[in-house]
Amino acid sequence: MSIFGRKEKETATVIYVSPAGDAREIAVPVGDSVMEGAIKHGVNGIVAECGGACMCATCHVYVDETFLNRLDPMDATEDEMLTCTVSPRRPNSRLSCQIRVTQELAGLIVRLPETQV
Amino acid sequence: MRAPVVIIGTGQAGFQAAASLRAEGYDDPVVMIGEEPHHPYQRPPLSKAFMTGKQDAQNIFLRPSAFYQDHRIDLLAGEKAVEIDRANRRVRLASGSNVAYQTLVLATGARVRTLPIRGAELDGVCYLRTVDDAIDIRTRLEDARNVVVIGGGFIGLELASSARSLGKSVTVVELQPRLMPRMVAPLLSEFYREVHSGQAVEIVLGAAPVEIRGQDGRAREVRLSDGTLRPADVVAVGIGVLPNFELARDAGLAVSNGIAVDAYLRTGDENIYAIGDCAEHPNVFAAGRVRLESVQNAVDQGRSVAAAIAGRPHRYESVPWFWTDQFDVRLQMVGLSMGHDRIVTRGDPQSRKFSVFYFREGRLIAIDSINRPADHMIGRKLLASGVALTPDQASDESLDLKRLPPASPSM
Repeated sequence: MSIFGRKEKETATVIYVSPAGDAREIAVPVGDSVMEGAIKHGVNGIVAECGGACMCATCHVYVDETFLNRLDPMDATEDEMLTCTVSPRRPNSRLSCQIRVTQELAGLIVRLPETQV
Repeated sequence: MRAPVVIIGTGQAGFQAAASLRAEGYDDPVVMIGEEPHHPYQRPPLSKAFMTGKQDAQNIFLRPSAFYQDHRIDLLAGEKAVEIDRANRRVRLASGSNVAYQTLVLATGARVRTLPIRGAELDGVCYLRTVDDAIDIRTRLEDARNVVVIGGGFIGLELASSARSLGKSVTVVELQPRLMPRMVAPLLSEFYREVHSGQAVEIVLGAAPVEIRGQDGRAREVRLSDGTLRPADVVAVGIGVLPNFELARDAGLAVSNGIAVDAYLRTGDENIYAIGDCAEHPNVFAAGRVRLESVQNAVDQGRSVAAAIAGRPHRYESVPWFWTDQFDVRLQMVGLSMGHDRIVTRGDPQSRKFSVFYFREGRLIAIDSINRPADHMIGRKLLASGVALTPDQASDESLDLKRLPPASPSM
């Protein structure tokens, strides 16, 4: 198999909700980040300039409260990067490149901010 | 139908120009021409997460292939542009065909500088620019024991970090007396020397490779100017890049250290722009004209050129920022520190969480942050808005940088 080949992977559904309220349900491979799920399926509103290195804070999302305590807690780096997001930071703000999709997170709802840059 | 906007180059800048044209609502045809057979992908992970296997190949693409069809972007991957015919506004391809343009965007990037020494042609002497280069190095590392990295800049040190993390014995050779000499202050060079030494990477400063010796056509050892011999199964060379400006030069456009453009990223031909690694542009955060090799510059210039083509031109005035990840240390840089006359530190370097603030004539021009992302993010705002910050304020950790007074109207 080519190194670019895609293995069949287990997926979990992530629901991305635009600022206007439109929801898109996407089957994201387990192990990918919530950011990668959005980029691979052309979800508008996730920019991810740095490609997932936690360097740019342009993949900011608001995590639905019912899922918040199911996520791994954020590390200090993500916490600091969130200090200067373009759309305001809220208690449920996360960087979607730092959220790994697992089966336990199936049905995860993230709301996209008005703007990332 | 109108002739397309033609973008030469399918790297980060070319991709962003195409994507932003559509985001701007631009409706005419868009064609991208790129030598690599792949869809546009990210280069930063190649030396880091991709090299260590933490990031899969399918996760480095900037967008899935459907994106280009969905956005009516005609992607000619594996095609080489060989000539710009300005009089007839068309680009000739190596395959013999011509592509007409109404507007041309040169996002031709840069290519690696090669090592001009004996033995540099041996198998095992590697350069890193493309994903194919990265796959090659990654494959070679599987069987390698000893790795010699030539060049103590970002790419060299990131490769050293990755190779060491994979358990290889690693030596870094840097010609200058300190690491990353063109990018950071001496105290950061010393900090990084300690980081690498602490991970058992051998750092050799002030030395150059003189010859690579091989056996059966394969590199075996590197002889240095200090007379020592270093065993090497892989010689990874990261000694900088050269801008790809030949197409522009041969078409009669002005070039110097890159393709010369104005504040709107336009060349001397009003129908031709240049962006990204290949573009030498006036930068308000530098003392003059610069050519920057970074994701930020590629992305923001891609956006800027798309806005100009869509009829909403603005001067390119984005704050430059950069990053490098080596071992567990993240360096985030904002601004351009060239020409600084004073530095102050905020935080204790011993704690591995500190920032270096660079000043020129009393004015803040750049901040390098080690494991202090908040300083970096605030720094982007400070530099963009021109907030006055004194060296004393910068080093005073009791002062909250987020609560500085707004910039005076004269800025």
